[in-house]
Amino acid sequence: MEGFDIANIVVSTIRNAPVLMFAALAGLFAERSGVVDIGLEGKILASAFVSAAVGYTTQNPWLGIAAGIAVSVALAMVQAFVSITQKGNQLVAGIAINIAMSGLTFVVAQYIFQQGGRTPDLGAARLSNVVLPGAAAVADVPVLGWIMNSLVGGHSPLVYLAFILLPVVHWVVYHSRFGLRLRACGENPHAADAAGVSVERTRYMAMLVAGVLCSFSGAYLSIVQSGFFLRDMSAGAGYLALTALVFGNWRPLQTVLGCLMFGFFQAVQIQIEGVDLPVVGRIPGSLIQMIPYVVTVVVLAGLMAKSVAPKAVGKPFVKSR
Amino acid sequence: MKQMKTTELPRWATGIVLPLLNLLSALLVAALVIHLLGESPVESMKILIDSAVINPEGLGYTLFYASTFVFTGLAVSIAMKAGLFNIGAEGQMYFGGLGLTLAVLAFDATLSPWLMIPLAMLGAAVFGALWAFLPGYLQAKRGSHVVVTTIMFNFIAASLMNFIIVKYLLPEGEQNPASRVFAESAALPTLNTWFPFFGDTPLNIGFLVAIAALVIYGVVVSRSTWGYQLRATGLNQHAAHYAGVRISRMIIIAMLISGALAGLASVNSIMGSTHYLSLNFPAGAGFIGIAIALMGRQHPVGIFLSSVLFGALIQGGFDLSLEKPNIPVETFVFIQGLIILFCGAMENLYGPALLKLINATRKG
Repeated sequence: MEGFDIANIVVSTIRNAPVLMFAALAGLFAERSGVVDIGLEGKILASAFVSAAVGYTTQNPWLGIAAGIAVSVALAMVQAFVSITQKGNQLVAGIAINIAMSGLTFVVAQYIFQQGGRTPDLGAARLSNVVLPGAAAVADVPVLGWIMNSLVGGHSPLVYLAFILLPVVHWVVYHSRFGLRLRACGENPHAADAAGVSVERTRYMAMLVAGVLCSFSGAYLSIVQSGFFLRDMSAGAGYLALTALVFGNWRPLQTVLGCLMFGFFQAVQIQIEGVDLPVVGRIPGSLIQMIPYVVTVVVLAGLMAKSVAPKAVGKPFVKSR
Repeated sequence: MKQMKTTELPRWATGIVLPLLNLLSALLVAALVIHLLGESPVESMKILIDSAVINPEGLGYTLFYASTFVFTGLAVSIAMKAGLFNIGAEGQMYFGGLGLTLAVLAFDATLSPWLMIPLAMLGAAVFGALWAFLPGYLQAKRGSHVVVTTIMFNFIAASLMNFIIVKYLLPEGEQNPASRVFAESAALPTLNTWFPFFGDTPLNIGFLVAIAALVIYGVVVSRSTWGYQLRATGLNQHAAHYAGVRISRMIIIAMLISGALAGLASVNSIMGSTHYLSLNFPAGAGFIGIAIALMGRQHPVGIFLSSVLFGALIQGGFDLSLEKPNIPVETFVFIQGLIILFCGAMENLYGPALLKLINATRKG
């Protein structure tokens, strides 16, 4: 079992999960309001590209993140217009955005940078990691040093943002006036409408929040994790986040746990690739890649938990007269 | 008698005018992007049409691509008729390619083309159907949403096929991850033997098979009792159940047929052109099937015309990318997304305006 390091797996789980957490929490707002958000993938990809491109050009990662927010919100508004105002098919709108962005990000990246659909390395324009006060002093202390430098400290600011978002989202969804309206619109829009809540407005607000949250996922991919944009670099993260949402029964805490589980599988995959395991021997990477998807199908099959979607999700709201 | 004011659009408007207006809108957005990339949309369009339709060889390639798309379009359409959104045609086509390849690798040295080709088609259909079975079963029996499960099955197919090709099908000493090249008996006869007009193109009898499949689909879905039950399931499950349709059975069968059709899409693209199984050979054809089903409104004629349109976009787009480096083939992935957005999700964008126009002309 050489090279199989639990401490490493824990740390990389923490670093893998934010991509999924931002997107899944974005999807949570959209879907709790009654709009299916299958377009997470496209929004992640678009904000990953724009964040990297603007971050590189201005040499300022924060401007990159801001630009990523703008483009992700713009896409969320297109989706909202189609789903809410036009009362179109929400699944189709999401897939259209995913496919369109897969093509467009490559075309624009190629047009601007001429590097085969890649952006140049961000280099110094990447976000620097947070160093906890006193972390350097305890670096050599066995457990404490690891906790201060790798477990709690030493991550990008976006990692902390992802974990702080969990209690915030929980509070907003369950304890704020907006959250109550949000859930009402997703469960029974006609009742919400009768109570004087504007279903359209609430759903537009939810999509706006979803756009902002989802953009961090893309920015994290390109500005924090890799340091450049690569074509189709989201590689299914949007779909996986959506699955974490189903897995978590559309609740913030359970959804984040689902994201952590997927992050854990990714960490294990990298760790056991090319390592001789007892009994089974060497497992090829392509098979390990399948694990999260297979787990998802098993979960969806109801072997582990019965997941119940918001009642009105995916249905356009037509005001009754 | 003076005609009454209508509140519903006539069939010619919903079936022809609205799809065309939506397609035009998508192409206008695409033209804007091409303009922003510093190229002339009009000139690009001219190159595209020249290379995809006017040049006979180009037309051959257009119809060759269309033959594949007819099958993925049919696969998505028949599931849609049953109210199921099968996003998994990509994975089902990929897995269908494995069934085809296993049949060919086992028998291409011994069987004549007359037996080899039908057997390979059977292999493709069975494996495609197999890959669609579990999502269909889970939707019917456990209520797991078919959209999410088919997406998962696309990812699983990609990883699993990678493993199978590299581990079992790669000939010894080869680097390129692909199976061995098939023998002559497994090649689909090309149409240029009878129609020299098409020149040296891979257009083959797969095109005729695709036309036959469209006719069968049209008859079965709109004219048979089973087709009626299928559509009833899609329109209102409760009503269909009340009328005696076994819903879960119908869902599973619709997904099996959908998967089989997606699997058959691999026949034209493998046995008509490359003659070996390679990594990621579907290259998005399954997703194009979604666009085709939406644009063609699941009608056989619509599916055919949309398939030819996408075939032309692929063929013309390829030539265009050679002449205009700023318009790579990925531009057409973007345009495909736009078409899905305008024709699929915003199908009623111009509905109210058109209704007003019709009423105004009738009054006057």
